[in-house]
Amino acid sequence: MEICHAAGMKRPSAWSDPVFRWLCLGCAALCGLLMVGFFVQLAIASGDAWRTFGLGFFSSAEWDPVAERFGALPAIVGTLLTTAIALVIALPLAFVSALFIVDAPPWLSRLLGQAVDLLAAIPSIIYGMWGLFVLTPIMQRIMASFGIETNGFGLLTSALILTLMILPYICAVMRDVLRMTPPMLREAAFGIGCTRWETARDILMRYGIRGLLGGVFIGLGRALGETMAVLFVAGNVMRVPHALTDGCTTIAATLANNFAEADGLQRSALFALGLILLVMAFLIQLLAQYYLRMTGAKRGER
Amino acid sequence: MIPPTKPKYRPLFWRKAKDRAVQVFSVISLSIAVGAMLWILGTILVRGAEVLGWDFLSNPSKPYGMPDAGIANALLGTLMITGFSVLIAVPPALAAGIWLAEFGKRMPRAAAAIRFCANVLMGMPSVIVGLFVYMILVVPMRGFSGLAGAVALAILMFPVVMRTTEDMMAMVPDTLRESGLALGMTRCRVTLSIICRAARNGLVTGVLLSVARVSGETAPLLFTALFADAWPTNFFGGPTANIPVLITEYATNSPFEAMHRAGWGAALVITLLVLTVNLSARVLFREKKH
Amino acid sequence: MDKQKKVKIQARNLSFFYEGGHQALFDNNLDIPEKEITAVIGPSGCGKSTHLRIYNRIFELYRGQRVEGEVLLDGKNILTPETDVLELRRRVGMIFQKPTPFPMSVFDNVAYPLRLHFRLSKSEIADRVEAALTGACLWDEVKDKLKKSGLALSGGQQQRLCMARTIAAEPEVLLMDEPTSAIDPVATLKIEDLVLELRKRFTIVIVTHNMQQAARISDQTAFFYKGRIIEVGPTKQIFTSPKEKKTEEYITGRFG
Repeated sequence: MEICHAAGMKRPSAWSDPVFRWLCLGCAALCGLLMVGFFVQLAIASGDAWRTFGLGFFSSAEWDPVAERFGALPAIVGTLLTTAIALVIALPLAFVSALFIVDAPPWLSRLLGQAVDLLAAIPSIIYGMWGLFVLTPIMQRIMASFGIETNGFGLLTSALILTLMILPYICAVMRDVLRMTPPMLREAAFGIGCTRWETARDILMRYGIRGLLGGVFIGLGRALGETMAVLFVAGNVMRVPHALTDGCTTIAATLANNFAEADGLQRSALFALGLILLVMAFLIQLLAQYYLRMTGAKRGER
Repeated sequence: MIPPTKPKYRPLFWRKAKDRAVQVFSVISLSIAVGAMLWILGTILVRGAEVLGWDFLSNPSKPYGMPDAGIANALLGTLMITGFSVLIAVPPALAAGIWLAEFGKRMPRAAAAIRFCANVLMGMPSVIVGLFVYMILVVPMRGFSGLAGAVALAILMFPVVMRTTEDMMAMVPDTLRESGLALGMTRCRVTLSIICRAARNGLVTGVLLSVARVSGETAPLLFTALFADAWPTNFFGGPTANIPVLITEYATNSPFEAMHRAGWGAALVITLLVLTVNLSARVLFREKKH
Repeated sequence: MDKQKKVKIQARNLSFFYEGGHQALFDNNLDIPEKEITAVIGPSGCGKSTHLRIYNRIFELYRGQRVEGEVLLDGKNILTPETDVLELRRRVGMIFQKPTPFPMSVFDNVAYPLRLHFRLSKSEIADRVEAALTGACLWDEVKDKLKKSGLALSGGQQQRLCMARTIAAEPEVLLMDEPTSAIDPVATLKIEDLVLELRKRFTIVIVTHNMQQAARISDQTAFFYKGRIIEVGPTKQIFTSPKEKKTEEYITGRFG
């Protein structure tokens, strides 16, 4: 190569490779930039609200645009409750579904896997629309048969829609985790006389617990930030719900519902809600990545 | 050591009953998931098909009561917004994926940090992205625009394309890299002309999947592109019609049956769009494997 | 056989097919005498593990595998649909090629099958865990780390832990599928001693690719070749004066 130089021949790599490399690195660094940008922008935009309400923003249940008094409590409680209920319903369903898919004959397993993937691909607004026009009337009728008069919107309906939406996500992660279990371990469990369920509960679940938790947090993150599906069926009532059939709202739904008409302090309060959601989602993703990476490390070492 | 006497067995009946119960439960659970999917798709298909037709697809949307209303402007707007988001997101995302796959090993910590950020970004609520783009584009530009919508979708696409690019390029065998370098090609040319070509189908799959994922996104568009009953002529400076926001408007903010019907039609169109892209990505990837 | 031993397991006309109809075993007939060690030897891929895996029907975990013939355990065919596989696996324990400790503590690894199969008090479980670990010659090494993960033990210790786990459930038969193939030579000798010790309480069938091992520990040896049982007999006779030419070729190391 030195000879080439001496002969005056240009080596293109002398400059093109480092430039190319740094260009690529710059693009990759965009990720970090965006991450920081989210926090900075939302913090700036919500400054007024924090200065006005302070920590009382978390505990106040008021949302009065006329008096310019805003509190985050109903939205936070609504978000946590819908997410929690959805998770409680979806978790066992996703786990046993994943067990079934892993154990099923190949053709059925492939078919069900594709159905689950397809379910995850449907846009959330479609869930919302279906919830609004199909599920709420049904819920209304079911509640009426129990003697409860509601319009069908509210906490439970939102949670049910969320359940349907996060089920395929959790199920897909769990399926992958269960497939990663070494066959030897399954054989050993069956070898000492475990039933399928005992193998799953005591051996597979313990072995893949971190991956399973990662799946849970993936689903949790999705339920937490889901906007459209909830917006359509929650009822969007700025009150802390007291019963499953009460109308409610979530942070994301509040943002989508009120943003267009809001200005001044209300807009700032909405950004403050956004910041709260960002922090919650960030923490959950942190946990999800932590647990999923632990399994990755395990995979590497085995 | 105690003598090896055999203690009493637990009856097998209950253990087996539990096992059977879980099996039944899992069948029920899967039936719920698959049943819900069929129910949702069926509803969309039946109600959407009632209004779907050439007129519906070729006329622009109009305020309630006017004749010959359609969704053509929203369809065009959605295609433009998605198309622009691909233009914005894909080149840097490919470059970022290339860095992770080809050069990341030299700076393992930076690579791990970037990978982590990408994973976290993928799990971010899309409504946050809407707020963010509102702050960085809509406020400075003094108004909603299709471009802002495209940027929001691009931010959602970016980490997805980046990670799939990395995965796909990592699947290219090292021998290919070495043989390219052995020919005296620069790392840059090896990557762009050999590795990227070898991983082409995978890269296209990643882009298609991310397109399918963002083209039905609604929440970020509420804060960026918004909606207009007009053809998307002012893509860079004014609210731009798009199907997801049209559905939201028609379904929630309108009491009229005709608007609801149009909403179902639009829902069918966007579902078909998303699922077609999603399925073609899967088919493409499967062909590559064989 | 010289003495009139009780036969524990009888394989009768056993044939085995993998998915797609590929036949792995042809018409196997084998008697396993009670409380003796039967070694199964043969070149790799000759079906010896496959044969063993029929005895506790563990092969049923995989789809499309099919078996023909009979396996009589105490005179009763276990391959009928009426046979309860849970009960069968309770009576016929298995130890695998690689150590497979469960992802739980050393104590729980052994206590798990006890809790699964029996109704026992806490102290009874503790007693039996200790007895099983002692029986597997592991107690002295792990008595201070019972709470630690079973995966933290060395390979040889893990394999003995798996043996303790299996014998804790008090099976009648122990199936061992090349139990020392993934273990270093010193630990292998320990496990061989253990197997000889266990002979007093259990009927043992051990698959091994190591002929010295078979010669050292077994009472009876069966030689498999290409899915067929070429020769069965007392170990001494098989290794000193085999009747079949193939057996002689194999044990003298001419192939395999």
